Amino acid sequence: MPAVATQGLEHQAERAKSRQGFLLGLPAIVYLLVFFVIPLGIVIAYSFATRTRSGRTELNDWNVEAYRRLGEDVVRAVAFRSLWIAVLTTVVCLVLAYPLAYFISTRSPAVRNMMLVGVMIPFWSNFLIRTYAWRVLLDSDGLFTQMVSAVGLGDGRILFTSNAVILGLVYGYLPFMVLPLYASIERIDWSLVEGARDLYASGWMAFRRVVWPLSRPGVIAGSILVFVPSFGAFVTPAILGGNKKGLMGSYIVDQFLDARNGPLGASLSVVVLGVMLVGTLIYFRQGGRTL
Amino acid sequence: MRALVACVKICYEGTTRGNHHTMDEATIAVELQGVTKRFGDVVAVDNIDLTITDGEFFSLLGPSGCGKTTTLRMIAGLELPTRGSLSIHGEEMGLRPPNRRPVNTVFQSYALFPHMNVRANIGFGLEMRKVVRDERSDLIDWAIDLVEMGGMGHRKPGQLSGGQQQRVALARALVNRPEVLLLDEPLGALDLKLRQQMQIELKNLQREVGITFVYVTHDQEEAVTMSDRIGVMHEGRLLQIDTPEAIYERPTTRFVADFIGRTNFLEATVASGDEIVLANGDRLRVSTGHADGTTIAVTVRPERLTVHNRDHAPDGRHRLDGIVDSVVYLGNAVIYSVSIDWMHLEVRCPASLAGERRGPGDEVTVSFDAGHTSVVVG
Repeated sequence: MPAVATQGLEHQAERAKSRQGFLLGLPAIVYLLVFFVIPLGIVIAYSFATRTRSGRTELNDWNVEAYRRLGEDVVRAVAFRSLWIAVLTTVVCLVLAYPLAYFISTRSPAVRNMMLVGVMIPFWSNFLIRTYAWRVLLDSDGLFTQMVSAVGLGDGRILFTSNAVILGLVYGYLPFMVLPLYASIERIDWSLVEGARDLYASGWMAFRRVVWPLSRPGVIAGSILVFVPSFGAFVTPAILGGNKKGLMGSYIVDQFLDARNGPLGASLSVVVLGVMLVGTLIYFRQGGRTL
Repeated sequence: MRALVACVKICYEGTTRGNHHTMDEATIAVELQGVTKRFGDVVAVDNIDLTITDGEFFSLLGPSGCGKTTTLRMIAGLELPTRGSLSIHGEEMGLRPPNRRPVNTVFQSYALFPHMNVRANIGFGLEMRKVVRDERSDLIDWAIDLVEMGGMGHRKPGQLSGGQQQRVALARALVNRPEVLLLDEPLGALDLKLRQQMQIELKNLQREVGITFVYVTHDQEEAVTMSDRIGVMHEGRLLQIDTPEAIYERPTTRFVADFIGRTNFLEATVASGDEIVLANGDRLRVSTGHADGTTIAVTVRPERLTVHNRDHAPDGRHRLDGIVDSVVYLGNAVIYSVSIDWMHLEVRCPASLAGERRGPGDEVTVSFDAGHTSVVVG
């Protein structure tokens, strides 16, 4: 019998502890419930609601009309343009970040830390402000435009084009690519490269067969961290893209504010969320927790 | 392993380099001339000359930081010499990258590719040299059998024990049939029993395949057990290159005498030609080759000393009177510490020959044969 008694006491103590934990977490739980879970529920509910002729959203007559409209050419064009820009941004970031991450991870620890701080310095000022700064640089008499023209790389006026958007996104998200890449390359045992070289691998083959596969978790993590926010980006396309060609983020805003089509905006949001969720799940499965 | 070794022998004899392995022709496998390696201000390897014969088991022995690993890495091409020339089978290696040298390395950390299974690891070198798939597969099978790793071909290195990883690392290097196999403390991470077993297996393997082994170790017992010749390194210099027996019995420097086994140093000066004067004034006939007045030391191994009752030492041996300080019984031997008036001597008597046991305070005479001494400088 004493064993049972102990078990009971233990059970009680555990319950008390878990109650304590719940009470401590309550403020945050309430906050998330009110400002995150409920709004998310509203968005999902909206996506199944009906739009009246006057542009009001009626929360009855539930239907999947909004999701059916996702198949329309206009919407598909916006989605593919967003996808394309996100893919390009990710690829450009990867191409730029990999050599940099490789370089940083082969420096001495002191130099490494300095360079990593350097990579993160842009975070010290607001993203919106930095994006506006790009607008100034990209202006027709801006520094970037003049420099591109001066070196003879052709017309440097790219403001309000997709190129400007990609430039802005790459600028904004490059650190998210560099850091996971650095983390995975830095961890590679250098003697493996020596082993490969000793086994007749050229420098390139040692990279392809040893360094690249071992850094793949970083490549996947970085790509997802860049792709996901690029796909749903709103600020950068709005400021640098001039909104001439809609991307997902601005298209959704348009649906809610201008077209007054709540259900369509909501269903688009749900789709974007779904894409991000899938991306995040892949990220965590690929060892993203180490970032 | 033994049966497989025969198979290995046949395989090796079939290779194009068979002509290097004829017994009566002592080809030079590796030659270093005036090789120096500097890292910034630090001289890791200081102007060493070294010739390693084909088919030899050669060990570079020394304490950590003596430059032995750097020397090995220069042969592999993983470090480039600051100065000097390095050739393998007469071919100058110069600044040639590691992938274009006819050598393979067994790394201390094994450096197995964690993302490849055992077969892929072993086949990596063959793949890089574009050996066709079928032949590659046969060679991998052969190497897996060679190191008795049958049935583990599809495991990843992380699923293997330290000893098994060691075998895979060995197979991965040997499967390429290198002209020289470089081993960087390959047994360092194994426990004592496994290490001793692998020492024997490695030595057998080397003897049968006839490949030149260059083996780096800080373990003098390991070097003495396995090697045909040993090069003792200290502070970037090669102090002595000799057979294990010569290194032990006739060390030429105080460092070598001290590093390998236990020994006694009797301080002395060269009197004239082949006579020296010990610190107590005793004269001893030993030819030194050093100028008169040079300060030297005579080393005598503890087992070359004999303890007698005072004044009962036989003629023809050099005698030193002393008093027993302490006695340590080791089972197979007795170690006496004998105090002579200017130093302590360590004497090792085999238990079977110890005769009557002496105790602390006993007055004794210690004797040795001048022929069993070595003269070292410094």
